[in-house]
Amino acid sequence: MKKNWMSYPYIVWMLIFIFIPLLLVLFYSVTMRTDQGLIFTLDHYQRFLEPIYLKVLFRSIYLAFICTVLCLVLGYPMAMILAGNDFKRKNIMVFLFVIPMWMNFLLRTYAWMTLLERRGLINTFLSWLRLAPLNLLYTQEAVVLGMVYNFLPFMVLPIYSVLSKIDQQLIEAAEDLGADSVTVFRKIIFPLSLPGVISGITMVFMPAVTTFVISRLLGGGQFTLIGNLIEQQFLYVGDWNFGSAISMVMMLVILLSMGVMSRYDKEHEGGGLW
Amino acid sequence: MKKSRRFLLLVLLGISILVLTSCGKEERIVLNVYNWGDYIDESVIKTFEKQFKIKVNYDTFSTNEDMYVKIKSGGGNYDVLFPSDYAVKRMINEGMLHKLDFDNIPNYQYIEDRFKNLDYDPENEYSIPYMWGTVGILYNQTMVSKPVTSWRILWDEEYKKQILMLDSQRDSIGITLKMLGYSMNTKNYDQLEAAKQALIKQKPLVLAYVGDDVKDKMISGEAALAVVWSGDAVFMMRENSDLRFALPEEGTNLWFDAMVIPSTSKHKAEAEKFINFLCEPEIAFKNTDYIGYSTPHSEAKKRLDPELLNDKAAYPSDEELANSEIFKDLSSFMKDYDRIWTEVKAD
Repeated sequence: MKKNWMSYPYIVWMLIFIFIPLLLVLFYSVTMRTDQGLIFTLDHYQRFLEPIYLKVLFRSIYLAFICTVLCLVLGYPMAMILAGNDFKRKNIMVFLFVIPMWMNFLLRTYAWMTLLERRGLINTFLSWLRLAPLNLLYTQEAVVLGMVYNFLPFMVLPIYSVLSKIDQQLIEAAEDLGADSVTVFRKIIFPLSLPGVISGITMVFMPAVTTFVISRLLGGGQFTLIGNLIEQQFLYVGDWNFGSAISMVMMLVILLSMGVMSRYDKEHEGGGLW
Repeated sequence: MKKSRRFLLLVLLGISILVLTSCGKEERIVLNVYNWGDYIDESVIKTFEKQFKIKVNYDTFSTNEDMYVKIKSGGGNYDVLFPSDYAVKRMINEGMLHKLDFDNIPNYQYIEDRFKNLDYDPENEYSIPYMWGTVGILYNQTMVSKPVTSWRILWDEEYKKQILMLDSQRDSIGITLKMLGYSMNTKNYDQLEAAKQALIKQKPLVLAYVGDDVKDKMISGEAALAVVWSGDAVFMMRENSDLRFALPEEGTNLWFDAMVIPSTSKHKAEAEKFINFLCEPEIAFKNTDYIGYSTPHSEAKKRLDPELLNDKAAYPSDEELANSEIFKDLSSFMKDYDRIWTEVKAD
């Protein structure tokens, strides 16, 4: 598309709110305020390489990975059902699926707290069945549950949009040629839905790896993730330099994972985000 | 062509609205107040606005560090702040505060003498105390059979996964140092290392490290023991009669929140009016009654419900506070506390 004056507001917007702040983060991450004024340093990055911070990084990636896999396993069949042929039911299903997203994300996470508590709904139900109460809240599993619950729509919706665009004739042709349903899925549906899967994975992995609210509320502050670390540096310690360095590392992780993902999405056949 | 003219008209309209409204504002001074969340009786602000014809823009923060970082980075343009002791000290050291003109604050006379000239502001030039309190253990007496007299009970295997710790570096490390018999303001690496090891050892027993949600959890009986601030304890005990508050014998943190004026304020005289207003006996009483923390104001204290005055949580005796300490500003040593806290929580 030819550039015209319509695009300038967006360019200015991006400059002010994306490009310049990014430069500032980069600037903070490589400088240090000393008595002699600002000096260039890589100390903050070196500090990040200490085992304790690497451990936090790996935990973040590990939990985000588990969350992404679970979202894919749960979300793909869901997307197939949504994209199915039963039109009457389909609209209601999509509607029901999207409704929770109208509610604030924090509220939904708080709601999980009251469900999982020791005296919460689930444990009340268990004790009513005369079963021993479970320690559900403030565990690693609770954190993963919160992530999966909150980010599942980001997996389902892109896959759904790709699946619903697949030409039905391709599937019919395959069936005519004798392919059973497993082969149809393996050879036709899944490969065609790959762009949706990839954007789904990126859209789930990114917020999962950077979240700090879910781990604080459902993990009870016991499972420090990279997002918590950054928040702590900016809000409590006031060490903007180290916080910026962690943010840069985080961005690098996301860029790398996006780079890896985009290698599998060479064709860019719609549905993909990038 | 037509479209662009309409656009131009809109822009002009927008600009004129902006100009006109900003003119309107000039007549009335706006005082920007930055306080802790839920830390004032809001009706007091309305009374002030009516009485002095000054508009108050009221804003809240949740930790000293939060507030400090915002002021330091030049944000907000506030006229009155409510930092705690060590934050006041830090801001004084860094030249971030105006000296107060006490001729404009005659109600300072009502502040009890023992709350004047404290360590963080030894000459009492910059700050006027607003509220004070302690940190202690809140416990549910139906779940805790042992006597709660020491911080050590938070390390007792019997209460595994029933203990709530504060998700606040200085408080949690501070009480651990106290338990070990060290100062809360230590800069000794060996002592800090010992505190770190103790906290790591305690971690399997801890249900969660929480902030304000401690109130919900303790009131609903989710946990047996929690580290809480005294004013919150008063509130929670009102809501759940099984809860009790104890000040451990090793001593605890004694803290003060004070009113100060940042040096960036352009309405110092009005800010002093506001501070003086908050020190008026009736107003100070109203706030104390609403907030539940302890007041340094002699007249406000006289008007309080005697039951609250006898409440050891709100007004502990001098003996109970004997071993307690006030936080000192650690300035750049804070980074080491942060590292310890990260190692505890990330382990």
